[in-house]
Amino acid sequence: MFKHRAGVSHRTTLAVALAASAASALFASAAAHAALGAPYASIAADQAQLRASIKVTALAGYTVHALTLPSGTVVREYVAANGLVFAVAWNGPSQPNFNTVLGSYFADLKSAASTERGGRNRLDLERADLVIQSGGHMRAFFGRAYLVGAVPGGVSPDALR
Amino acid sequence: MNVLRWTVIGLSGLALAACGGGKGAFSGSGNTIAGAGANVATAVVSAGPGGDINTLFTSVKICAPGSTTNCQTIDNIEIDTGSSGLRILASALTANLPIQTDSSSNSIAECAQFAGGTYSWGPIALADLTISGESAANLPVQVIGDASFATVPADCAGTGTPEDTVAAFGANGILGIGTTAADCGSACAESAANGFYYTCSTATDCTAAAIETSAQVQNPVTYFATDNNGVIIELPSVAAGGAVSVTGALVFGIDTASNNSQSATAKVLDVATTTGFLTVALGGMDYAESFLDTGSNGYYFNDSSNAALVQCTDQNAAGFYCPTSTLNFSATVCANNVDGNCTGVNQSLVTFSIGNADTLFAGNASYTALPTLGGTFSNATSVDLGLPFFFGRNVYEVFEGHSTAAGTGPYVAF
Repeated sequence: MFKHRAGVSHRTTLAVALAASAASALFASAAAHAALGAPYASIAADQAQLRASIKVTALAGYTVHALTLPSGTVVREYVAANGLVFAVAWNGPSQPNFNTVLGSYFADLKSAASTERGGRNRLDLERADLVIQSGGHMRAFFGRAYLVGAVPGGVSPDALR
Repeated sequence: MNVLRWTVIGLSGLALAACGGGKGAFSGSGNTIAGAGANVATAVVSAGPGGDINTLFTSVKICAPGSTTNCQTIDNIEIDTGSSGLRILASALTANLPIQTDSSSNSIAECAQFAGGTYSWGPIALADLTISGESAANLPVQVIGDASFATVPADCAGTGTPEDTVAAFGANGILGIGTTAADCGSACAESAANGFYYTCSTATDCTAAAIETSAQVQNPVTYFATDNNGVIIELPSVAAGGAVSVTGALVFGIDTASNNSQSATAKVLDVATTTGFLTVALGGMDYAESFLDTGSNGYYFNDSSNAALVQCTDQNAAGFYCPTSTLNFSATVCANNVDGNCTGVNQSLVTFSIGNADTLFAGNASYTALPTLGGTFSNATSVDLGLPFFFGRNVYEVFEGHSTAAGTGPYVAF
């Protein structure tokens, strides 16, 4: 019996809320340590939680907060002008704590990981509102997650890694 | 156990005639596959306990260190060139293995992470391992899903979905034979918060800890007395539509015996020491974080230059490719260099085909080998040449710190 991927419901309500820039209520509801989809202030909580050093780079339309973990893994959190963390990317010798960096979207990663037939060495969740992709192998992991509707205009998903 | 049976279904014209590759060697349609030998383990693509596709299995014998009676043979062990070390599901384990401890007599445990968003938690044990005629004594191995280590640290549980049962793991265990000796290496020896290793004062009280490289889970082949410099994966070609099962060989050692000489036409392709990455040039792009991996069940890559390479639209095949007709690709696999390109390095041209995953999945339900299965990949800098790449070719993999007549590891060749 092959492993079948379970059906997933699209979180169109989230995309609509973000598109309408009416996300303040969403910000407030996000857990303090939840990065993806949470306000900029959550990065400091992530930094403490992950015991990471941080480097900030400003780019056109967004900033990148690169957290270097003690393991050597680097987590990059992408913050839009409105203060929202709209993407997270990572690479390094171990996976980051996704419960910390993906926040409420950690459940989506776990669901996809347990149902996709791509095996244990690769994950590719692509929904209308959310993309989570992970690959590599032991000693060399990489991946990214982003909220499709929250990516600033003119920013290519290819830049989010 | 020592008689290789050829069970490729759907492969026309499979020749069983012995040819010049050595005693007992057989030829598929192109590559020569080693027959039985002390350094040869049977490698089979089958459904395994999880009903998986394109997954390669073998069997191993383990004993408690020094024992000849506290032993067991375990089948359905996945062969994975993408990791290092032997891991066994606790539910498949009947032999009683001692837990490895640190200098303070604390048990050592591990959070083994896999790239697909899963983890396997459990203690490190010591075992004597035998595969075919090769043996590794006092080998650190991981026991996954040990009921007495039921409390998973939060930082481990945060790395994904647990795979701690045979059904979830899709195997009774995994034999990691990647190019590195230790599974984590210096990253886990230098920092306590390395993500992988823990020490436990009790089985339910584990704390992140730095573990010296030699005490980490080890690639078993590097423990063998001989034939320890690398491995060869030898699988026959498979008909494009698929096969019920495929039988080939996992050969230990390269240029160490009469049956494991590296082919003169197989170019040495150096891989990065820590990551195992090399470069693949495909569709006008250089993908510098690419790799060969028996533990990946398809060709995973992106090619924006080919508009016909479209994703499947139904949930059953999400993330896989569903072109309207089978597409042929050519790529150049290049040795790793600092620039991440193919300039001035050894390289080998390869071709492969991507079929329609919907059609492949809807075909013969008993097929476990699907040589044209492919899907998207997360990283714009990587091509993952999974198990289908290994069909019909012998792939040499030489470990870090070892060498052959052809070169110094870590490298791959085919």
